[in-house]
Amino acid sequence: MKVTVDQDACTGSGQCVLIAPEVFDQRDTDGIVVLLSDSPDPLRHEDVREAARICPALAITLTQS
Amino acid sequence: MTTPSRIVVVGASAAGLTAAEALRHNGFTGTLTIVGAESRPPYDRPPLSKQILRGTWRPDRVTLRRPDALTALGADWLLGVAAVALDTDARELALADGTVLPYDGLVIAAGVTPRRLPTGHELGGVHLLRTLDDALTLRDGLLAATSVAIVGAGFLGSEVAAVARELGLDVTLIDPLPNPLIRQFGDHVAQLCAELHTQHGVQVRSGTAVTRLTSRDGRVTGLDLDDGGHVTADLVLVAIGSTPAVGWLTGSGLNLADGVRCDQTCLAAPGVVAAGDLASWPHPHLGRMRVEHRMNATDQGTAAARTLLGAATPFAPVPYFWTDQYDVKIQAYGRTGGDAELHIITDDTAAHRFAALYSTDGRVTGAVTWNLPRQARALRHHVAQRTPWRQALRHAATT
Repeated sequence: MKVTVDQDACTGSGQCVLIAPEVFDQRDTDGIVVLLSDSPDPLRHEDVREAARICPALAITLTQS
Repeated sequence: MTTPSRIVVVGASAAGLTAAEALRHNGFTGTLTIVGAESRPPYDRPPLSKQILRGTWRPDRVTLRRPDALTALGADWLLGVAAVALDTDARELALADGTVLPYDGLVIAAGVTPRRLPTGHELGGVHLLRTLDDALTLRDGLLAATSVAIVGAGFLGSEVAAVARELGLDVTLIDPLPNPLIRQFGDHVAQLCAELHTQHGVQVRSGTAVTRLTSRDGRVTGLDLDDGGHVTADLVLVAIGSTPAVGWLTGSGLNLADGVRCDQTCLAAPGVVAAGDLASWPHPHLGRMRVEHRMNATDQGTAAARTLLGAATPFAPVPYFWTDQYDVKIQAYGRTGGDAELHIITDDTAAHRFAALYSTDGRVTGAVTWNLPRQARALRHHVAQRTPWRQALRHAATT
């Protein structure tokens, strides 16, 4: 799994960090998403898919690597 | 409950699309039909009053899914045709073009319709904002306008006021209530909202209602207020809230008191669920609510789909919403209305940073932050846990 994030679309809701804190973080100042790992451990894949699904800004894209 | 074999989704926006995806994700392999009143494929609405209006995004960027993802759903799409009647006994849905769709499972996610003033909408320069086409028309209007009057200081009106100022227009924001967003956030935060707009040069006219629009040669020239004032404007946005799009459900037997009235699992009648802006349900912890926010469309679409497939559980989300105005990002969880008690944690007005909890009966039921996204996430925990507010404040003071 390859993860990309669109920091321009991100609204800083932090929902992804709630679900997958090992993969996503937020910038302190504006809450915009920071990707901690673009190739997460397979154990995290379900959480990452859930994060992408519920992101209210559609800012997370997953592709098969 | 038998598993349905033929499911119709009414509404092709975020809630309807998410419900359809959740049906497939949870193993539904039967016939799936998605009915949408708009002819466009599903698109996202929050950017309409922000990036689209500002012109920083091209219109195609609000598309909710790529074409291949829509195709992969294996659904029949009936777009540009409205649902006009529902017979819950016969389990049939009638569409505006005469089509009758039988179903054994129905998802109602038809959204809301903007409220209108009693008169004046026929005039040139008078706008509503709900659809992408509305947003593109409004943007064209703003680019040609010099002065804008916005009727209604809710989320939509407040966001458009901010964009219109950024575009350099004279802006007047009008609402009969004492301050912008007072119903959403209560007195104190609403006062901060009023100050924010005033600092950015918006004329905030609170506590006064519009009595009539004035016009010349079929175009709006301004509006009269019930305090005797007059506002000159060559563009007027009417943003006085929305009503659930349930007119077509009259006579269906569904309870239509404030939208489609559901039980805790989003079930409105046997085989009928509702989701998104029009669905009212008794939240197990927060009481009956109907939530017109983007996050709820996804959450409730998913929950409603599971109910339809026989995997019903009480729908108990921690409601989340946000609004962007100027350089301020307001984020909120739970119930934040004026009937709750406000407890301020951070109040740095100069930096536009603010954080507070709302409590009801001694427990945290809501949280709001300005430009403190990490703190918003931390406070969510207390809303989810319904922490006693004194304990939550102590916790916030030490983190």
